[in-house]
Amino acid sequence: MSDSIGEGEVTRKEVESLFTRLDQEAESGGYHLNPNREFTLGLIEGMMVNERRYGYWACPCRLASGVKKEDLDIICPCDYRDPDIAEYGTCYCGLYVSQDVLDGKRKATRIPERRPAEGMAAPADRMSASAQPGLPDLSGLTYPLWRCRVCGYLCARGQPPEVCPICRAKKDRFERFL
Amino acid sequence: MEFQRVEGTDKGKIVLYALSTCMWCRMAKNLLKDMGVCYEYIDVDTLSAEEKVTVKQEIKKWNPGGSYPTLVINEKECVSGFDEAEIREKIK
Ligand code: SF4
Repeated sequence: MSDSIGEGEVTRKEVESLFTRLDQEAESGGYHLNPNREFTLGLIEGMMVNERRYGYWACPCRLASGVKKEDLDIICPCDYRDPDIAEYGTCYCGLYVSQDVLDGKRKATRIPERRPAEGMAAPADRMSASAQPGLPDLSGLTYPLWRCRVCGYLCARGQPPEVCPICRAKKDRFERFL
Repeated sequence: MEFQRVEGTDKGKIVLYALSTCMWCRMAKNLLKDMGVCYEYIDVDTLSAEEKVTVKQEIKKWNPGGSYPTLVINEKECVSGFDEAEIREKIK
């Protein structure tokens, strides 16, 4: 654990306590952390180092820009986690895995990068309906519909929730859906 | 910008582009160490903004997706991502 990451002074105790929290949150939302404990602790340590560097949990296996707006899609849990778990049984880093992998029926290995290469997709202003040109005019709706970009949770209310009740992504990960 | 050099048997010029926070990158470092080969690595996330731009361009020459780890062997071959079998196969 303590090898190679010199900066940030993240202690083993802090990493373990975040591990416990993430594990509980994952299980209660139907997700699973990688059962390889040392591997998982190493990734969580990386996330904590990134939090100290950038102020948020930038994905430990991707190079963050350090500008939150540009990194929103790769703040853990990233926008790509759920489709990657569905297709490969693991997220890109291997922090989250499917039930199959947890049960040892499938192995988590290197998977291809789903995130569009740099400069390919400019993150839109997701909070405003006008930024989503494909939306039909449903001005008769009593409430706008918000979609969590991480797990797909939908809710109809004035504003998205502070934290997604399913996957715990923060409010800024929601987009206007209708 | 300084590459870290790990001593070992000379198998040519072996360069690893890594992130300090990434476990796959750490596994690549550990594998190269276990194999006992001499190699150089750089943790791109610890560089300055200007250095990052330069290094990212270099990485893209070998691995257009620009993902980590990227291992360049003898300025000829590349392994993108951690694949133990492929790394062992290409470094003989
Ligand atoms: S969920 Fe996404 S951001 Fe989090 S560790 Fe996995 S790949 Fe990285």
